[in-house]
Amino acid sequence: MTEPLAVVRNVTHKFGTMEVLSNISMEIRPGSFTVLLGPSGSGKTTLLSILGGFITPTEGQVLISGEDCTLMPPSQRPTTTVFQDYALFPHMSVLANVAFGLRMQGFKRRERVAAAIEMLSLVGLDQAAKKKPHQLSGGQRQRVALARALVVEPKVLLLDEPLGALDLKLRRQMQDELKAIQRRVGTAFVHVTHDQEEAMALADEVVVMNAGRIVDWGAPETVYLHPRTRFSASFMGESTVFSGKVVSVSEERLTIHTPLGRLTVHGDAAAGQEIHLAIRPENLKLQSTRDVWLHLGRAQVSDVVFQGSFKRVTAVSQSMPPVPLVLRAGADELVKPREYVDLYCKPSDLILLRT
Amino acid sequence: MRKHGALFALAYAVIIYGFIFLPVIVLVLFSFQGTLFPVPPFNGPSFRWYQVALGDERLTSALANSLFVAAGSSLVAVLLGFLAAYGFARYRLPGDSFFRGLITAPLSVSYLIIGMGLLIVFNGIGAPKSLAAAGAGHVVINLPLCFAIIYSQMGDHQVNIERAARDLGAKDWQVLTLITAPMLWPALFASFFLSMTFSWDEFVIAFLLTRFDTTLPVEIWSLLRSGLSPKTNAIGSVVFGISVVLVLILELVVLRRRRP
Repeated sequence: MTEPLAVVRNVTHKFGTMEVLSNISMEIRPGSFTVLLGPSGSGKTTLLSILGGFITPTEGQVLISGEDCTLMPPSQRPTTTVFQDYALFPHMSVLANVAFGLRMQGFKRRERVAAAIEMLSLVGLDQAAKKKPHQLSGGQRQRVALARALVVEPKVLLLDEPLGALDLKLRRQMQDELKAIQRRVGTAFVHVTHDQEEAMALADEVVVMNAGRIVDWGAPETVYLHPRTRFSASFMGESTVFSGKVVSVSEERLTIHTPLGRLTVHGDAAAGQEIHLAIRPENLKLQSTRDVWLHLGRAQVSDVVFQGSFKRVTAVSQSMPPVPLVLRAGADELVKPREYVDLYCKPSDLILLRT
Repeated sequence: MRKHGALFALAYAVIIYGFIFLPVIVLVLFSFQGTLFPVPPFNGPSFRWYQVALGDERLTSALANSLFVAAGSSLVAVLLGFLAAYGFARYRLPGDSFFRGLITAPLSVSYLIIGMGLLIVFNGIGAPKSLAAAGAGHVVINLPLCFAIIYSQMGDHQVNIERAARDLGAKDWQVLTLITAPMLWPALFASFFLSMTFSWDEFVIAFLLTRFDTTLPVEIWSLLRSGLSPKTNAIGSVVFGISVVLVLILELVVLRRRRP
């Protein structure tokens, strides 16, 4: 495990009496791509502003390279920010925009122009150096903002929903570019988004936030396959979540009484405890096979939406209480609304949720 | 019927515009009078009175004074108005809506009252009547205007841009000079030229606060006391011409900005 580049320690922030961040602690590894994922109002942008120095937290510390930066203004921090609205200087050329940070650091004109041109060619915009920001498309402005923030060689680059203003296609394309640029420069990126697909595509490390708290963290695969909380199970991809009660425990094998039957999962809980189980839509099947043998009862299909490579099926179980289910059926499978279906899964695909 | 309506509208327009512009036209026309008195019949055109007016050292030095006072006071008014607008737009201050109202209040006070007030104050502190005193008076009347124009152009979308500049290492004065002022350039330009036109033909304050060196409107007023002469028409036309130029510059800047 490498030494963390930046550490957020027990940060709490209040706007007036409203607590927007409650006791947040996290670490950012050098060269990593960290994504803060959460719905609006989850405090992710506030956390980014605290990292950037635009907000001083009510409590707690921010350390970058071991140095306490909590009270340091943005200009003195080894961080730069790519703003959601890009915040390019409208009266300056693209080149002057990118060279601005070096100008503030007192570099000579020739040096800063050379560095700015180099950075512009990294983002593929060296041909547009003489243009003004308003002559560029949204995606190009985005890249200028990125180049402007990277040219001063920050230790941590902060990105506040940088792809939020772009249309979907351009967004997916910029995602790939962003990831490629990050790999090439090797700077640690901290990226805020509410788009879970974007998070999975970009992140080495996802930090899922809800209501001012970190509710899950880890590599995207880990968070997707083994979510810790009900929130991350439903926010990071879809899930069917249902409650249950542990009836017996033997050697980390829990037998759980649920509306979908008596299920056995690996995990750690006490008998009598109320818990939640989750299952991903692609793991719920309409037919049993040799591996997929666990019968979860019958359900009535409520809706089928054809999505190209699969059909998104929502159904309600026949159990008491009824459980709303979501699954992915193959594009050629015959399922119709109002039909009754049997549901199966692999026992190991059941996810035990802590809270 | 419709034809009568159109005719009526045309006549109405002619009367309105005549009412507004006839005095100016007469003034300019008789500045080209060939004889001693600016009364009909017109027997020009002749540039005789322009030569007389521009050869009169009192008039030309008053013209230079006027330009100097207008430019100087407008520069100060724009600078102070800009700083005030920046402060009000970017910082939350206690009682800021009250103080924002207070800073624009002089717009509704008559120039006579402002002039008299300044006269009493300058007397009290022993400052002599001078062009600088008149300039200070013009700052008082133009500052609220500059503030209002510049403040109206300061939006929230500029906040992030200034923040980006700070993030990249700019100090406060660098943000102001390299980012905020250039972004507000059209507003600064417009308020400067509007202030110029107001200061340029301002009479009451200049009359009360200057003595030996004085501005052109005051000099013209003393000329008028000795009776009508095409010379006054000539210098009046020069004043009018310069006002037109200032307004045209202003319009061009504002119009060019509106056209995206």
